Amino acid sequence: MERLLQLLKENARATSDQLAVMLNTTPEEVEKAIADYEARGVIKGYQALINWEKADENRATALIELKVSPKRDRGFDEIASRIMAFNEVESVSLMSGGFDLAVIVSGKSMQDIAMFVARRLSPLDGVLATATHFFLTRYKDGGVSFVDEETDERRDSWSD
Amino acid sequence: MIEYQKYLNQEVQQVKPSGIRRFFDIASEMDNVISLSIGEPDFSTPYHVRQEGIRTLEKGKTWYSPNRGFMELREEICSWMQRRYGVEYAPKTDVLVTVGGSEALDMCIRSLINPGDEVLIPEPSFVCYVPMTQMAKGVPVVMETKAENQFRLTAEELRSKITPKSKLLILPFPNNPTGAVMRREHLEAIAEVVKEHDLLVLSDEIYGELTYGNERHVCFSSLPGMKERTIVVNGFSKMFAMTGWRLGFAVGPKEIIAPMTKLHQYAIMSAPTTAQYAAVEALRNGDEDIEYMRSQYDMRRRLIVDGLNRLGLTCFEPEGAFYVFPSLKKSGLSSEEFCEKLLYDEHVAVVPGTAFGECGEGFARISYSYSIKHITEALRRIERFMGRL
Repeated sequence: MERLLQLLKENARATSDQLAVMLNTTPEEVEKAIADYEARGVIKGYQALINWEKADENRATALIELKVSPKRDRGFDEIASRIMAFNEVESVSLMSGGFDLAVIVSGKSMQDIAMFVARRLSPLDGVLATATHFFLTRYKDGGVSFVDEETDERRDSWSD
Repeated sequence: MIEYQKYLNQEVQQVKPSGIRRFFDIASEMDNVISLSIGEPDFSTPYHVRQEGIRTLEKGKTWYSPNRGFMELREEICSWMQRRYGVEYAPKTDVLVTVGGSEALDMCIRSLINPGDEVLIPEPSFVCYVPMTQMAKGVPVVMETKAENQFRLTAEELRSKITPKSKLLILPFPNNPTGAVMRREHLEAIAEVVKEHDLLVLSDEIYGELTYGNERHVCFSSLPGMKERTIVVNGFSKMFAMTGWRLGFAVGPKEIIAPMTKLHQYAIMSAPTTAQYAAVEALRNGDEDIEYMRSQYDMRRRLIVDGLNRLGLTCFEPEGAFYVFPSLKKSGLSSEEFCEKLLYDEHVAVVPGTAFGECGEGFARISYSYSIKHITEALRRIERFMGRL
C-alpha cells in the first residue's frame, strides 16, 4: 500500500472511492489501510499546502541552524524536545554536516523571528551558536511548484 | 493563375486529411477547454535522458549519424529486444533507426508493397496505415475489430479478408485508439493464419511498454516461426516520453531492413543525432522511468474507466496504451455529434471514434495522459453533460 501513501501525499483530499479505483481495491480496504497507518503513526496528519505569499497574510519563515552540545545520556533528544515545545517552531531535525539542528520557525515578521531566536533559542542551555536564514521566495514546496501555474504546453500534432 | 491541381500527385490528392483535426481547430478557439484528446505522454522526458542530450550538444556532437543509426544505439536496441521480449537481432543488419515509429512504418510499407498488393489493416486504429498503403499503390483492406472481442483482431476476421493478393498484415497492438491488447493466445491464433497464407507482418508495437495488469506485452516476432515474417516497429516516444525527439526503430529480417535502409538513406539520411545519444542513455538506465510512468498511467486508467462506466459510457477495460474507447450508445448521439456537443456545452475535447475508421462510429477516444486533477475535472463535466441529455 505504499502507493496509497504516495497518492495521499499528492492529494490528501482524494476520496476513498477514488483511491480504491486507482489502486484496484475497495473503499473499505483503503479506509482500513489509512486507519492502520494512522494508528501506527505512519500518517501523522493532513495539511493543506499553502502559498502564504498569496494568502494576504503577514508571515515570515526562517531556517535556523543550531550548533548544540549533546547531553551525556540523551544526546540531542533533550534539546530537540525543548525546542519542539515552542509554538513558533514548525520543524526540528537533526542534521549531518556543519551544524546539528535545523529548526524552521515562522512568525508574523522577520523581526518576530529574530526576537524569538534572540530571546528563546539562543539562551537555551546547550545552544552554542545560531545562524538564521530567512525564506525569501518559495519556488517549490511539498513537491509542488509555487511559481508557475500548471500549464499543458502540448499541442496536438494535427493542429497548426 | 497556376492550376496547381493538375501538377499534384494523384495519390496524394486521394488521401483524406485526418479527421482528428477539425476538433482541434474548434477547441483552439475556446477558453477554459479541458482536453482529453492528446495522444502523447504528459510526462517530460526523464531528466537523465535530457541531460545526456544536453551533454552531447555541449560537446558539439552535432553531426550526422550513420544512415542506420549509431552502432552503439543499434546494439542497445538489440540487447533491449533480447532482454524485454527474448528476440535476438543483429545490430549490424537487422535494425534501422528512424525518425519516429511513423517513418519506420512508411519505409516498411514502401519497401514491400507492389501496386495492387493488399494490406490487411485492423480498424479502429491509428490513422496512418491506409494513407501509407495508398501512397505505395497498395490496396488497404480494412478488418473491423469489435467491442465484444475487446477490439482484438480475431483469426476468423483475418481469414475472411484474405485473398490471393494479400501480402502484409498490420498489427497495431497495444492499440490506439481502443487500448486493446493482444495476449499471447490471440497472437498465436493470428500467427497460424499468417503461416497458412504466407503473409508478412508489420507489428506496430509503439505502445508495447505501456500495458497494464499481470501480463506484459508479447512481441509478435517472439512467436515461433514469426521472426522471419515480421518487421517490428517500436520507438522512444511513448515509452520514454520522447515524442518531440522523433526517434523510433524497426527490427526485422535483414532482407527487408536493407531496402528500408536504402529508402531511408535517400529520403531522410539519418535520424536526429542528439536524440540517438539520449536514447542510448534511456535504454541503458531507463527501466525505472518506464515503470514509474506505467504505474501512473495505470492509476489514471482505472479512475477514468470507472468514472465513464458509472456514467453509462461503457468501456471495456483497456489493457494498453493510454486511451479508453467508451461506447456513446447511452447518449443517443453519433460520435461526431457527441464530441461536438461535449466541446460546445462543456468545453471538453475528445476525439470521435470515426477519426480512426468508419467502424469507430458510436465510440470516442479519450486519452488519459493527463494529471489526475485534470481527469477528475473532465469527468465532472462529462457527468454534467450526460445529466442534461
